[in-house]
Amino acid sequence: MIELRNVSKTFTLHNQSSAVIEVINDVSLSVAAGECVALTGASGAGKSTLMRMIYGNYLTQAGQILIDGVDLVQAEPRDVITLRRETLGYVSQFLRVVPRVPTLDVVAEPLRAVGVSATNARARAEELLAKLNIPKRLWSLSPTTFSGGEQQRVNIARGFAHPYPAMLLDEPTASLDAANREVVLSLIEDAKARGAAIIGIFHDEAARVRVCDREIDVSQYTPGIAA
Amino acid sequence: MTPLLSVQGITKFYGQHIGCKDVAFDLYPGEVMGIVGESGSGKSTLLNCMAGHLTPDAGAVVFDTRTDGPRDTVTMSEPERRMLSRTDWAFVHQHARDGLRMGVSAGGNVGERLMAVGDRHYGDIRAKATDWLGRVEIDANRVDDRPTTFSGGMQQRLQIARNLVTGPRLVFMDEPTGGLDVSVQARLLDLLRGLVRDMGLSAIIVTHDLAVVRLLADRLMVMKDGHVVEAGLTDQVLDDPQHAYSQLLVSSVLQV
Repeated sequence: MIELRNVSKTFTLHNQSSAVIEVINDVSLSVAAGECVALTGASGAGKSTLMRMIYGNYLTQAGQILIDGVDLVQAEPRDVITLRRETLGYVSQFLRVVPRVPTLDVVAEPLRAVGVSATNARARAEELLAKLNIPKRLWSLSPTTFSGGEQQRVNIARGFAHPYPAMLLDEPTASLDAANREVVLSLIEDAKARGAAIIGIFHDEAARVRVCDREIDVSQYTPGIAA
Repeated sequence: MTPLLSVQGITKFYGQHIGCKDVAFDLYPGEVMGIVGESGSGKSTLLNCMAGHLTPDAGAVVFDTRTDGPRDTVTMSEPERRMLSRTDWAFVHQHARDGLRMGVSAGGNVGERLMAVGDRHYGDIRAKATDWLGRVEIDANRVDDRPTTFSGGMQQRLQIARNLVTGPRLVFMDEPTGGLDVSVQARLLDLLRGLVRDMGLSAIIVTHDLAVVRLLADRLMVMKDGHVVEAGLTDQVLDDPQHAYSQLLVSSVLQV
């Protein structure tokens, strides 16, 4: 489902004496449907960078990133937009939304985007928000004023609303209490059971051991650290 | 799929000075394209060339018309282009006053565009106008007031209502949230996002506000000195800018 072939990336900082930083060198990996793979490595090893490359958020200089057969590295913007709408989900650590939009609509939006009716999308959003213990009285408010933990749970609800065949999870259990952590882990397990291919970053080791089938240490691909 | 708009080699000179040079891109139905760059980078020149307000010195702006398929709007006759800009196109000016008729009531401003495409039944026109004022959150009891009595944010929303009432497929926007305070901006962004999704609009938005493009635009072009220096997915250009100027632009934004 997700396949990387000889993928490399450098950053060129034009405004800082044109420094060229090699961040990822020659990564090849593949994740099958129903499998969850953890990216590991110390801070700065390039876990988030690699994840952003797989989402098409960071440009990849060399290699191929195939998601359901589409090469993200070569794809036109509109193909990437389609891929992200239908196939590839990403739960980042930060919630970014248009101010004023009610939480319920924020969570329902990915479903509306793939053509689910407003009623059904809202029903699914309500189900997820209830599961993630967001109090009902907050559903009609914009999440921009919520606490950090609440925002993160809204972000997770939004990320799991549409059943993406491929998912990227950046620290989905960070800063959650035990009960909510359990909910998130069961969401991940459900996603695996329905056949989603998942790549995740988990600093929470117990969570990683529980949901991940394999670990890939990113530092082996990081030129700076290996040298 | 046929692009809704195919911009090919658009070039405009002001004497010796470059307005914009060799700009090309395709816009597909439902896509929102942002154009950013500093003052004088040529983004408004480009927008005005595409919308038919300026005649480019070279290039084509091919629009997929409802009746005849793809047509170059630069070479089409003036009446045809004017018809297009009253039906399938809309243009939202930075200053609402440029896009409104200030001496005509709010309802009249919206109704005028309907009459221009052949609506004649007063009751229908008034009902549609009132419906659109509601959609842009202007109270129905203001329908007979002139826009001169409206606040800047209300004028901008009225301008959007006037533009969208005929169900255009492509909207050109020049700094639509410029000059509005942030709470009003947020309302407008919310409104525009909803309209894009529910009506399947395509839009081209010129702005220098990177936060606005991140929330509204799927794709982004960065312009400098009349040239497109970088183009791509909005979040990719903002999070991993490749060109020196885009890097400078992104790193110059003050964090709130």
